Amino acid sequence: MAEFLMPTLGADMTEGTLVQWKKRIGDRIAKGEIIAEVDTEKAAIEVECHASGIVEQLLTKPGDKVPVGTVMAIIREAGQPAAAAVQPQHIAPQPVTPSRIPPVAKTAPASSPGTRLRISPAARTLAAERGIDPAGLQGTGPEGAITLDDVTRALASDVKVTAPLTMAERQARMRQTIAAAMARSKREIPHYYLSTTIDMSRALAWLTTENGCRPVTERLLVSVLFIKAVALALRQVPELNALWKDGDAVRSERIHIGTAISLRQGGLVAPALHDADRADLGDLMQRFQDLVKRARAGSLRSSELSDATITVTSLGEQGVETVFGVIYPPQVALVGFGKVVERPWVADGQVVPRPVVTLSLSADHRVSDGHRGGLFLAEIDRLLQEPQSL
Amino acid sequence: MNITYREAVRSGLREALQRDPRVFLMGEDVGKYGGTYACSKGLLDEFGPERIRDTPLSESTFVGAGIGAALGGMRPIVEVMTVNFSLLALDQIMNNAATLRHMSGGQFSVPLVVRMATGAGRQVAAQHSHSLEGWYAHIPGITVLTPATVTDARGMLLTALEQPDPVFIFEHAYLYSMEGTLEEGPVPVEISHAAVRRIGKDVSLLTFGGSLWKALAAATQLAQAGIEAEVVDLRVLRPLDRDTLLASVRKTHRAVVIDEAWRTGSFAAEISAVIMEQAFYELDAPVARVCSEEVPIPYPKHLEEAALPSVENIVQAVRRLLG
Amino acid sequence: MTTTPSDADTRAQILRLLGEIAPEADLACLNPDVSFREQLDLDSMDFLNFVVALHKAFHIEIPETDYPKYMTLNGCVAQVAASRT
Repeated sequence: MAEFLMPTLGADMTEGTLVQWKKRIGDRIAKGEIIAEVDTEKAAIEVECHASGIVEQLLTKPGDKVPVGTVMAIIREAGQPAAAAVQPQHIAPQPVTPSRIPPVAKTAPASSPGTRLRISPAARTLAAERGIDPAGLQGTGPEGAITLDDVTRALASDVKVTAPLTMAERQARMRQTIAAAMARSKREIPHYYLSTTIDMSRALAWLTTENGCRPVTERLLVSVLFIKAVALALRQVPELNALWKDGDAVRSERIHIGTAISLRQGGLVAPALHDADRADLGDLMQRFQDLVKRARAGSLRSSELSDATITVTSLGEQGVETVFGVIYPPQVALVGFGKVVERPWVADGQVVPRPVVTLSLSADHRVSDGHRGGLFLAEIDRLLQEPQSL
Repeated sequence: MNITYREAVRSGLREALQRDPRVFLMGEDVGKYGGTYACSKGLLDEFGPERIRDTPLSESTFVGAGIGAALGGMRPIVEVMTVNFSLLALDQIMNNAATLRHMSGGQFSVPLVVRMATGAGRQVAAQHSHSLEGWYAHIPGITVLTPATVTDARGMLLTALEQPDPVFIFEHAYLYSMEGTLEEGPVPVEISHAAVRRIGKDVSLLTFGGSLWKALAAATQLAQAGIEAEVVDLRVLRPLDRDTLLASVRKTHRAVVIDEAWRTGSFAAEISAVIMEQAFYELDAPVARVCSEEVPIPYPKHLEEAALPSVENIVQAVRRLLG
Repeated sequence: MTTTPSDADTRAQILRLLGEIAPEADLACLNPDVSFREQLDLDSMDFLNFVVALHKAFHIEIPETDYPKYMTLNGCVAQVAASRT
């Protein structure tokens, strides 16, 4: 048996709402297929299944909000017998068990006006998760406290499905999640910042020639050169391609570039381009284009939201010259690109106009030092001077 | 096989002496008298006076001698008759045994095992009824074990002798005459984890040593009222297996800690703090403690009983939590 | 410049394509002589998608060097009209 769990789609996600199942009980599913659509605070995400087999049980109902790690479905893998029903955890309101001890009728409200509600931490947590206001509940616990049982009873009698979020609510929540992740980053990560200015004349000349040969549907954007250069440079400085876990940096074998994409309604997401170091530019461009389109349509996949090992952000479109980025935890580095601008440049003793871009690095000083960060930027520069090698 | 706790300790001692020629036992009356609690009865005849050594009534001296022997390559088992007298050896324990590895930069190790009886309940009055294992659990550098079953009473000693650092084993004096069934399996038992002695879903009773049996009796009574209590035997007070006790609390959402020591500054307070730190949002009721009354333990039977944790106290504490 | 019926059709179709790329924009207020990128907050990816959409809708080849001519609504209409002659 394999369990399908509510995935964590980023460091800031603690729970998610099932929007719909993409498979029914009895359906065959292959590893990597979409099994469900899940609404995080940021967007509706298509979630891939990590096992192959038959969908045996669906334990969460559309509209239910459950914590990360909750078992949502059971997949029977090939060659396994059907199992007895598994009790869902956290999800379905538990049947109200016959009172273990005679419940004492408590007529007093759980707290009088103006005082803090008398409610157990576990009951408060569950009520918040399930979106019910505990103030209206009758407490049956010690000294009239509201307990888990009181909340589960209320849930059982009130099975209304959470209304879909309005655009404004979604915006507000996205702001909150970004706030939580960024505040955590600034609180926990000792950032250091480096920047360097790169001559882009070779890269742009190569790009113009290259795009001249490409049909309009296959043309490349300069951002893709940046992404590929960052991915290849990470092979030389692998400590920046890592995730911070339990007090230590764990290097990632694979290079998944999170690309910061601003959303038209405000806010941003940074979904991953998987194995960016191994993709050719045309393939990377197609995938990048698809990613931006789906990010803005709100149909990203779970692996795209959870797998990034570093983030690249480009603010040149807005005329920004230098980015001073905030690392997205648990990643340990972020690379920023500014606007490509014409500037006087000294080459062979002559001042000449050249298109240049300012490249910056925000990195976690617990994991790397300025020396390595500097080598990383130099490697990106070197790669962009040989665009044909990308 | 049914066996008394006392026989289980003796069986563990015998096995340890047979396995390793570096092992020897010393303490007050362990030889000719056979041990104050008769744990070493017969061992002098079997192993001779070189390995079963009677000592003068000087805890500081013979615990110190044990530390020296351990430094010199032996594997001493020192029996301090009871925890009450161990206070005379506290300097050796705290300032030497527990610190030498640290202070020598890892050059010296003290593979010493100290056993002692602990606890009240036998009408031996205020000077002979202390439960100070929680004090010892405060000290970094040592391991503190509280075997509550016959299997642990026999097997923990053998595992303790394999440790490179000092291990203190607290045997509740009330348990020596208790009979139990030895579990199957190898004689040495692991000393890293707590054990769930009874599975339940409504409340976790967290305890160790002599109080385990009171907790289990309380769980049986509660079951008759439809309350399923889970009983966790902590077994090892240092290093504490937080995961097992937290997993139980996360399941039941309620915890009662039972500790025969006085409430103030007790090990029960430590357990309660661990739960607050790591499982606060899982709690459905405040953590409750059942400890001894804050008095020197009385001599008269009815007052002694009133001062110590009882099955009835535990049942009442659980009922209060359930509202 | 006189507006032929054909130009009006072209204009409507271009606005529809823009609407797909920037669904939240109020296209009624669009100034036909000012760059879309400024008015609609289009980035280079959006603009590339727009060019691809024009290519597919009007069957015109748009070399990269001509991109500046497609930056405004009137520019696009003119380019499409030119491609028909």
